[in-house]
Amino acid sequence: MSPLELLSAAFLFAGAAFCLAGTVGVLRFPDVYCRLHALTKVDNLGLGLVVVGLALRSSSWATALKLLLVWLFVLISSAFTCQLIARAALRRGAVPWGGRREP
Amino acid sequence: MDGLLDGCLALCLPLLAYLVLRTESLSQAVVLFVAFGLLSALGWARLEAPDIALVEAAVGTGLTGALLMHTLSWTEETPPDVRARARRRPWALLAMAALTLLLGWAVLALPADSPGLGLEVDARREDSGVKHPVTAVLLNFRGYDTLLEIAVLLVAALGARAVNPRSERASSEAAKDPLTGELFRMMTPALLLVAGYLVWVGDHGPGGAFQAGAILAGGGVVAILTSRMGTPRMSSLRVRWALLTGPLLFIGVAVAPLFSGGRLLEFPEKYAGTLIFIVEMALTVTIAMVLLMFFPGTRPPRTGRGSAR
Amino acid sequence: MHELRTGLAFFLLLNILAGLVRVARGPTLTDRFIVAQLFGTTGVGVLVLLAADAGRDALRDVALVFALLAPVTVVAFVRFAVGSDADAKGASSGPDQEPRP
Repeated sequence: MSPLELLSAAFLFAGAAFCLAGTVGVLRFPDVYCRLHALTKVDNLGLGLVVVGLALRSSSWATALKLLLVWLFVLISSAFTCQLIARAALRRGAVPWGGRREP
Repeated sequence: MDGLLDGCLALCLPLLAYLVLRTESLSQAVVLFVAFGLLSALGWARLEAPDIALVEAAVGTGLTGALLMHTLSWTEETPPDVRARARRRPWALLAMAALTLLLGWAVLALPADSPGLGLEVDARREDSGVKHPVTAVLLNFRGYDTLLEIAVLLVAALGARAVNPRSERASSEAAKDPLTGELFRMMTPALLLVAGYLVWVGDHGPGGAFQAGAILAGGGVVAILTSRMGTPRMSSLRVRWALLTGPLLFIGVAVAPLFSGGRLLEFPEKYAGTLIFIVEMALTVTIAMVLLMFFPGTRPPRTGRGSAR
Repeated sequence: MHELRTGLAFFLLLNILAGLVRVARGPTLTDRFIVAQLFGTTGVGVLVLLAADAGRDALRDVALVFALLAPVTVVAFVRFAVGSDADAKGASSGPDQEPRP
């Protein structure tokens, strides 16, 4: 295996690890807001590391750019998604874990 | 590894389909349906059918998920007593079993080693003006199917507006929300870019008017849901033109060869590629508008409903 | 590398399966919707992994479309979950308030 392949495999494994962490977080965290936190880790780092790992080994610049574009879209969407869902949850009356709801 | 992946998908899909049907809460069913659409797109991807995976991603999951989610706000969350009804109707079970058997028989009766029409399409692809066989079939070899399909879509849009004729104007109140405003602002260029790319890529790979139209409609849906844009009104001239550009142009291109001694939908080989591209561009606008027509605005306030009946 | 990528895609699919537990447990609609978003991102990961195989480049476009249309569902969800502005200011705090355990 060439060093580049090793590096790419390392990124892929790290990405998969973050995806696993996110899934475990969504399963185990106590309330909606904590689970949102886990979700954004998958969006940002999980997919990001997988994309970087694949881009390192991609056959052309266009492919690598398209991969990064996919990640960029997910990043943007994730930033807004997280805020929007959290706000919707708050308005629906989900109580943050261990805290008190603002009057 | 490939076997494991395929086997897992084959197990997950029926499981999710069962969960969607079994769930009594409508909102839960919608969430599960979105997950089901995602997995079925993966399934199509594994079956070497990227064209269908793309349509599933754009129309089947992206837009339908949003439409179902939005429809929830128009419905009352009162699940019918499904179980009691199922107990009363054993013949439903029988009919389902019969349908399953029929479908299974139909699948098994298919010729197993038939090459299909793929070889013929490949042989004549040079004449079609495009390099991707699916686009060649859809817009050249069997163009009349697509033409009629567009007509069906127009009728569907008319039906959707007939069921819910009310439309609302953009409100400046809701448009002030900075979050969705910024999201819409950042999404729009990306949507336009990808829609254009999908039409362009249809020439030599999976892509085309349906997918591009769905992407454009996605932007429109965000605009409608955040009250940035009113729901499209049938009375508006612009909406009518958007709905008619695709079909009119397609019919024009289809009829034109008749005047020069050709047959209906017989594209001259030299211009076939360009003509298909132009038709796809126009169809994209029409399809986006048709899909937008399916999105109703906000539901009228609940208080007035009881007295109205 | 093909084996590694397919293996990782399988692993991500298993993650999606595990996420179904949260869909079943809920308890609120928002929790379930978060899982749907998680599925979306994980599915995009599976698609880009599969797209790296030779001749499967089109799957990258599928991933692109999924990534681009994800916020549309979110906006529809938020609109449904919170209701319109008039609704939120009124007496009802939004449709479909789920019973809390």
